[in-house]
Amino acid sequence: MTTIQAQGLTLSYGQKPIFSNLDVVVPPGKITVFIGSNGCGKSTLLRSLARLLKPQEGSILLDGSDIAKLSSKEVARRLAILPQGPAAPEGLTVHQLVKQGRYPYQSWLQQWSREDELLVKKALELTHMNELAGRSVDSLSGGQRQRAWIAMTLAQNTRTILLDEPTTYLDMTHQIEILDLLFELNEQEQRTIVMVLHDINLACRYAHHIVAVKDGQIYAQGKPETVMNEQLIRDVFDMECQMSTDPLFGTPLCIPYGKGRKLELAAAATASSAR
Amino acid sequence: MNKWITIRGPRHSYQISIRTIKVIIYLLLANAAAVVLCTSLGSLMIPPLNVIRTLLGIGDPSDFMIIFELRMPRVVIGMLVGSALAVSGALLQGIVRNPLTSPDVIGITGGASLGTVVFILYFSQVSIRYMPVSSIAGAFGAAFLIYLFAYRKGITPLRLVLVGIGMATALTAVTYMLILSASFTPTAVAVKAFTFMTGSIYGVSWARDVKTLLPWIIVLMPVALLYARHLNVQELGDDVAASVGSAVHTKRTILLIISVALAGAAVAIGGAINFIGLMAPHIARKLVGPAYGGVIPVSALIGSLVLLLSDLVARVAFIPLDIPAGVFTAAIGAPFFIYLLYRHRNGS
Repeated sequence: MTTIQAQGLTLSYGQKPIFSNLDVVVPPGKITVFIGSNGCGKSTLLRSLARLLKPQEGSILLDGSDIAKLSSKEVARRLAILPQGPAAPEGLTVHQLVKQGRYPYQSWLQQWSREDELLVKKALELTHMNELAGRSVDSLSGGQRQRAWIAMTLAQNTRTILLDEPTTYLDMTHQIEILDLLFELNEQEQRTIVMVLHDINLACRYAHHIVAVKDGQIYAQGKPETVMNEQLIRDVFDMECQMSTDPLFGTPLCIPYGKGRKLELAAAATASSAR
Repeated sequence: MNKWITIRGPRHSYQISIRTIKVIIYLLLANAAAVVLCTSLGSLMIPPLNVIRTLLGIGDPSDFMIIFELRMPRVVIGMLVGSALAVSGALLQGIVRNPLTSPDVIGITGGASLGTVVFILYFSQVSIRYMPVSSIAGAFGAAFLIYLFAYRKGITPLRLVLVGIGMATALTAVTYMLILSASFTPTAVAVKAFTFMTGSIYGVSWARDVKTLLPWIIVLMPVALLYARHLNVQELGDDVAASVGSAVHTKRTILLIISVALAGAAVAIGGAINFIGLMAPHIARKLVGPAYGGVIPVSALIGSLVLLLSDLVARVAFIPLDIPAGVFTAAIGAPFFIYLLYRHRNGS
């Protein structure tokens, strides 16, 4: 089982510190979601866990060995990251894109082994992209495109997959489609999934482990049902809300206060449940 | 999917698209036809059949001299220079992830021209074998300056193109100034330098030009092809490339060196021939898609074909005048560039 363990991470952009002396552990075989307000450092944290950013201090252990001491191909065989809003060149087909996930296993001579072929096929199947394999990526809908990129990271055949805001810019239907896909991958293949999400309620529904980041510090981490409460939302997101329970899934549901239309019935129901 | 051919052995394996193979075969045939045409047409016409027979070694000895000593070197140089410029452009477009780039648009060719003109004017007593070294040094100097001016916490493609266009203009100006101000220059040398600035493969020979250029091409082309897979992942963005384990900066530097060296070597012999580096990769992508394993060889064949045909027109359209081929590549290339700008007006 793969785990990522970060110890004493310190990272800054120029003069501006993003986080300092931060410890975080990603539980193996689970879905971990980083939440936090914009600019809190959650994406930066995810990117440094995947060695896309080099921390000034501290270390990241992947299976107990220092990520800085592993070769970049070695890391790429254990951990994949899908950055936010990736772009494919014009005319690249889904199949060609997914093939690129095999890069860490290839060499000058070995560019299309049996294993490459098998794993590309499997990645296309798992993401339900089989029939679209010959289409060019830029002709796909937002949700399909994201599935194609996820297929590429799957072809990399890593135990751990990191995703930076995989549902941003997608409509609700496609957000659920992508999150369901990731949930299935975790269930069926026991892949460790770490992602940044903006939607708190979807985070609570899909995450086994939630990490709330505030001002470059870990504010709280644990199961959503134990860590999520009104105080956390207030401190991390600077927002007042009432916590409820998702009527379909039983997971925590955050209902923000604010302005908006108030219907008599709803107001009455809220009042009676409060009593 | 049966659109691919898979070649597998115990220690090697490749996947090649059938479409790419077909396109390459057609282009090879087109190139062969162009070679025969270029060899047969001229102020003295030699029937194509006689050309083929002579090339096969069973022809009339009287044609031999014209074909082998006059026309063939020019054809071979056309193919080498055209393909080198095309591949240099294909690599550069991949490196900066911008289809509007090419070695001449961003001033790398300009640097090579300056290097060559300096060599023609000041080092004419040194062996011509060293001319590519001077051109390539000029090309690298220009690339370095562009990189330096365009660098601001990384390179954005748009900034690189803008700085490059400025650099290209400035370098051309400096080169012309050098030619004009070198008052000691004999007229013949000045004319040579001017022709060079337009790009011409007039009067090339086996011993001097082919022998000088060939080693560079033989070394650089296979390396470019071997680096295709690194370029493929780079085109997905730095983060994705790093995620799949590519040493992004090292690979990019090597790719840039190959691209600049190809442009520099081509310019040393063919002069500042414009727009092939821009056009050929575009046509290649239209034919075989954006994967570089296909784009690199197909670009090379298209670049070769375009220069052969441009030079043919330049040579025979105004007999007895021999116009520099660069005039014709620019005549096709400039409208093509405008078309590209038009198509990309809403893109990044």
